[in-house]
Amino acid sequence: MRYRHNINSEISMTYIVTKKKLTLVAALGVTIGIAIYIFMNSMMVGFDKKSTELVFRSTAHIRVYKDEVMSLPLLPAKGKNVPVIINPSVVPESDKIVDPERIISLLRQQPDVTLVTPQVTSSVFYNNGKSQITGSSYGVRIAEADKMFNIAATVVEGSLQDLKNTPNGILLGVGVAAKMSVRPGDNISITSSRNVTRVMKVVGLFQSNNSQIDKTKSYINISAAQQLQQEGPDYVSDINISVTNPDNAPNYSAKFSDLTGYKAEDWKAANATLVAAGNMRRIMITVIALSILLVAGFGIYNILNMTISQKINDIAILKAMGFRGRDVVRIFVQQAMIIGMIGILLGVILAALLVFQLSRTYVGGDIGYFPIRFEWSVFFRGLLFGLIVTLGAGYIPAKKAANVDPVSIFRR
Amino acid sequence: MQRELMLEAEKIGKYFYDPIKFKVLNDISFKVYRGEFVTLVGKSGSGKSTLLYILSTMDTDYEGKLNIHGQVTTGQKQNSLAALRNEKIGFVFQFHYLLPEFSCLKNVMIPALRLGKYSRQEIEERAYQKLTLLGLQDQALKPASKLSGGQQQRVAIARALINDPLIIMGDEPTGNLDSKNSQIVFDTFKQLAHEYNQTIIAVTHDNDFAERSDRTIEMQDGVIVSTAKEFGK
Repeated sequence: MRYRHNINSEISMTYIVTKKKLTLVAALGVTIGIAIYIFMNSMMVGFDKKSTELVFRSTAHIRVYKDEVMSLPLLPAKGKNVPVIINPSVVPESDKIVDPERIISLLRQQPDVTLVTPQVTSSVFYNNGKSQITGSSYGVRIAEADKMFNIAATVVEGSLQDLKNTPNGILLGVGVAAKMSVRPGDNISITSSRNVTRVMKVVGLFQSNNSQIDKTKSYINISAAQQLQQEGPDYVSDINISVTNPDNAPNYSAKFSDLTGYKAEDWKAANATLVAAGNMRRIMITVIALSILLVAGFGIYNILNMTISQKINDIAILKAMGFRGRDVVRIFVQQAMIIGMIGILLGVILAALLVFQLSRTYVGGDIGYFPIRFEWSVFFRGLLFGLIVTLGAGYIPAKKAANVDPVSIFRR
Repeated sequence: MQRELMLEAEKIGKYFYDPIKFKVLNDISFKVYRGEFVTLVGKSGSGKSTLLYILSTMDTDYEGKLNIHGQVTTGQKQNSLAALRNEKIGFVFQFHYLLPEFSCLKNVMIPALRLGKYSRQEIEERAYQKLTLLGLQDQALKPASKLSGGQQQRVAIARALINDPLIIMGDEPTGNLDSKNSQIVFDTFKQLAHEYNQTIIAVTHDNDFAERSDRTIEMQDGVIVSTAKEFGK
């Protein structure tokens, strides 16, 4: 019978305990690396969440609408045909979606679709005495639209319920209301691009934190919007769709295009600049965070290299006494891993404190509290990368130590 | 009585390549039997230490064949050679090579913990026995770095003995010691060979030490000039 005494760990533990200061310095390097890594990634997740959150306040995950059609040549120039040249231009066709209820119910049956709601968008003038304020009015089914865009959260006066109960009600942006100096209960008149003027009753005000939107936008009932467009109750200009995972929206848009015969545009396509900026930010933060982690790895590498050159006699005699190369590797990798673990543990704690502190810091404006989020996956990733870096930083010098030729040491 | 063959070197040769190709050992053949106390002597540069490191299995870059306790070690893998050294060979060098952070007792225990033949408790008891054999029972729990040079060398010998090796190899084991400590080391070796029937092969340039061993192999310029005791004759 053979006993398995864990002499390798015993040796690496002794090296760690007798070199407390070195261990601590190396661990501190890892701590800072891990903390910054997790912190920056949490910030990135927060930024992403915040920016999509802002986007989804006014943009649906997927919007189905009738795309503009270009005019075609009357006769294609082919063979002996006399070419008829015309200027290609947008054919002035209605942007109406035909049979919207059928399309809506069809979309509702699709997997992963959570919400489908029609919308009538119209450009309007808010009449303020002699002057007019340009803006746009969104005709919506307010209960469904609220679920999609969380309008209720932005309402500062009045209520959504009043809009539902008042056929000619209007929910006005605070900017518009301030310009016209109206309050809930007052009546205003609006004129549509089809030159239909209607008197609307202000039922509430909303403030979206984006002053440009607040100065132009209003919500009205879909039926009122249809009247402003001089259209019947089957007129719908857009169908908004929510899906379970907005990140996958581009996968559905092509499918929905084919399904409905209309253009389906996902939010990423509609906000390409924003998505590109987000990608850029992600690459930047990832590169910076990983390089910091790598620097921490070099810290461990250096200290281990130093330990090994100090302990070269120990390594030689251990090898002479029958320790195999892999035992030597184990001794030093274990040492690196213990240093790494201490560093990672402290780093995770430090990162948690930083994230917690910053998430309670108010920065104001459009953002509110600093957009940083606790995300388990980020902490887990930090832990994993930390372990990989330590393992690498430990293995390379350990391998070198394992290849030490004892004879060359004894003969010095 | 047929003596048990412990180590056999057959036509061992070795080259050094730096700075130029140079043959340091040439056609070395000899046998060592169980319970023998053999010393390797020769002038500086005669190749005696080089030979010892080949015999120790740590140096594998040589020509010829080496046989230890009926096992051909030439061409074996590093891991199996390490296992062989762990179990069958003990080493004593001119410098003690103790691990300074560990107590003397732990230093002695390390090779046995690696071997794993006994439980931890048994190993500790055996380590105490070895230290007692060398008169160091009182120093057992002190850190190795706190002992005097002679004591450290004796701890190193206790460590070499812990796995009851068949062969104990020494490279100038008394090189750094005063005459009193040299005497202790010599007596211990003699006792090991004659009472415990262990084999000792030691390189030395201490003529007095060599003279009193069982047999002396003398080397000159990479060849053996004699394998029989000549001192005092």
